Amino acid sequence: MEAILVFIFVAVGVAYWWLWRHKIMDKPWATEGTEIDVREDLGGMFSSAKTGLFFFLAVVTSVFSLFISAYFTRMEINDWLPVHEPGLLWFNTTLLVLASVAIHWCSRAEREPVVKATLMACGIFTIAFVVGQYMAWQQLISDGHYLQSNPANAFFYLFTGLHALHIIGGLWVWLRATFRVFSGVELEEARISVHLCRTYWHFLLIVWMVLFALLLST
Amino acid sequence: MAYVALSDRGQALSHPKSWVTKYVWSQDHKVIAIQYGITAIAVGVVALILSAMMRLQLGFPDSFSIISPSEYYQFVTMHGMIMVIYLLTALFLGGFGNYLIPLMVGARDMVFPYMNMLSYWVYLLSVIILMASFFVPGGPTGAGWTLYPPQAIMFGTPGADWGIIFMLVSLAVFIVAFTMGGLNYVTTVLQARTRGMTLMRMPLSVWGIFTATVLGLLAFPALLVSAIMMMLDRLLGTSFFMPAIVSMGEQTEYGGGSPVLFQHLFWFFGHPEVYIVALPAFGIVSDLLSTHARKNIFGYRMMVWAIVIIGGLSFVVWAHHMYVSGMNPYFGFFFATTTLIIAVPTAIKVYNWVLTLWQGNIHLRVPMLFAIGFIFTFIHGGLTGIFLGNVVVDLPLSDTYFVVAHFHMVMGVSPILVVFGAIYHWYPKMTGRMFNETMGKWHFWLTFLGTYAIYLPMHYLGFLGVPRRYYSYEGIDFIPESALALNTQISTAALFVAVVQILFFVNIIWSLFKGPKADGNPWGATTLEWQTKETPPIHGNWGPELPGVYRWAYDYSVPGAEKDFIPQNVPPAPGETSGT
Repeated sequence: MEAILVFIFVAVGVAYWWLWRHKIMDKPWATEGTEIDVREDLGGMFSSAKTGLFFFLAVVTSVFSLFISAYFTRMEINDWLPVHEPGLLWFNTTLLVLASVAIHWCSRAEREPVVKATLMACGIFTIAFVVGQYMAWQQLISDGHYLQSNPANAFFYLFTGLHALHIIGGLWVWLRATFRVFSGVELEEARISVHLCRTYWHFLLIVWMVLFALLLST
Repeated sequence: MAYVALSDRGQALSHPKSWVTKYVWSQDHKVIAIQYGITAIAVGVVALILSAMMRLQLGFPDSFSIISPSEYYQFVTMHGMIMVIYLLTALFLGGFGNYLIPLMVGARDMVFPYMNMLSYWVYLLSVIILMASFFVPGGPTGAGWTLYPPQAIMFGTPGADWGIIFMLVSLAVFIVAFTMGGLNYVTTVLQARTRGMTLMRMPLSVWGIFTATVLGLLAFPALLVSAIMMMLDRLLGTSFFMPAIVSMGEQTEYGGGSPVLFQHLFWFFGHPEVYIVALPAFGIVSDLLSTHARKNIFGYRMMVWAIVIIGGLSFVVWAHHMYVSGMNPYFGFFFATTTLIIAVPTAIKVYNWVLTLWQGNIHLRVPMLFAIGFIFTFIHGGLTGIFLGNVVVDLPLSDTYFVVAHFHMVMGVSPILVVFGAIYHWYPKMTGRMFNETMGKWHFWLTFLGTYAIYLPMHYLGFLGVPRRYYSYEGIDFIPESALALNTQISTAALFVAVVQILFFVNIIWSLFKGPKADGNPWGATTLEWQTKETPPIHGNWGPELPGVYRWAYDYSVPGAEKDFIPQNVPPAPGETSGT
């Protein structure tokens, strides 16, 4: 359970630090009438959507930390046979990095054609990644590495499958952002969606990197 | 630039146009709260009936044995799961969270109203899936609410066919619903507080619900993860949790899995779950006590700190549910220590509740009775928790009725008393009518004393070594006749308490139509929800302008003040000194 405990300690630590910043030591009975509001100092740094996304990512991190904890625990039992990961995964990883770069570029682009092009590129790279992951599955299956044959295989399918599901969830948001950009709403308005996508894509890239490193090293 | 509250920036409220969008597909947090509340209570009644059937079997095995052993286990399982998750979690967070958060922090609605609506409908779907499991071949799962593998998915356990699948799917769907709601509650507290509503001016109800939601968001994934992996074990033949096992004389295809891993994952969710239910109850009871004792809550800052410290600690005590799993004794020592540490902030809260009452101007109205009743049952259940937190005491008692008595007292009766207190307390605001006080008092006394008649003798049964989870105790040598007689008494009390709840339903339904009209603030409370122009509040809650907050939530009986309460939105009078 180490992985999840590390995450929980970090999460609780951040929460306590944040509470400290928000004057949890105040004596509220002695501060009548004042209109102090720490949120204003932060200058709208966190919009509601961003706050919601931040907490959603915390939930997703919790899910993956728990799976990783389970992975380590299950690995200790002696029926574990490490999977030989298909080389295709390296190619897929590159695709996901490119998708992340594209969405980052998109969020910083000034001109509309660049925004459109990079946004499309992000989607294409991401869809290619999901297809690539599916092909990696096919490869494993054709080599006779089924889900049931070994717990290491089962975790491999589980990790890649769940990660792909999250990517597909992200693609739905990407679709909405793309729709907004192409339907000609104010670029500034569409930018909010693009920024949310950017955070999500970077996050899923990090999750994939961690999972991939874990699979390679064990 | 004129100040525009964060909650009023950017997005307009969706204004319902038809009856359907107003009351069915509603995005108004108050309507969603009531939808959540009604659904949770309805499913809770199902769980109550299941417990009555179980008590009939245990108390009158000769004359009222109407359920089979398999059904007994199925009812135990469904009763537990429904009460903990589909009733208490949904009611405190989906129900009270939805109703109280926007009103108490001075917002017009939740920040993501559409997602809030989806949350309810997905929750309803999870309830429907769960209820459907009663009608599938083999019936619902009888694995116990903890669903431990390997038995949960082995043939021979009732419901291993379809019931367990429906249960796991229903839980996964519930978690999706909870996450959608939870993101709303947290973001609303963080982003949509009105002008002047600093964190330390929030009523403790909001603190409790907020912290519990954060716990839920971090802990429910553990249940999701274990449900997914168990589902794969059951449907696709993986061996995450399933060891090599012989079933009905045949070697199964499973091998190598770790049932203890499931227990770790389950309780990593399961223990925070206790506090997901308890923290909102703590918060609400603090507000009830303070309001009806006309006195500020004792040690507000301590109360807030205790809530957040309990929240943090609740993640490092989970394995105290697993002392009998054969784990390393050093682990047991560690978890016993953390368990005793978490008793410290909890005890601080109890002292502060009692000290709030000290020299207060106590009004023994119905909500107050339930709040004070909660202090009794919670101390009671909390103290037996300290017994069981110690490994050496837990080992002999773990499989006995002592544990049943403990957890029913601490997370069954106690939160339910708060639920009743809270419903009575906010009923005038929700409906615009007063309930019948006399009937409410009868409801309290019969329920409160009745639950003691049920659970107090169970501690004694536990000391006698009467095992829990048994369908029948007939013909077991070490169980004395007196224990069987006690079981009959417990069952009689349980059936009585179950029937008494009719008083509650009659009262709230009758008062809805015939109750006297309530004034907007009948208890003389300070928090914002009582200061709305309309009662019940309309969609959008406040008039054209959001209320501003000038003081904390507990200005009761302030010396020199005109009335014995000063609402949070009343600006300081000229010359009013702070720091009193």
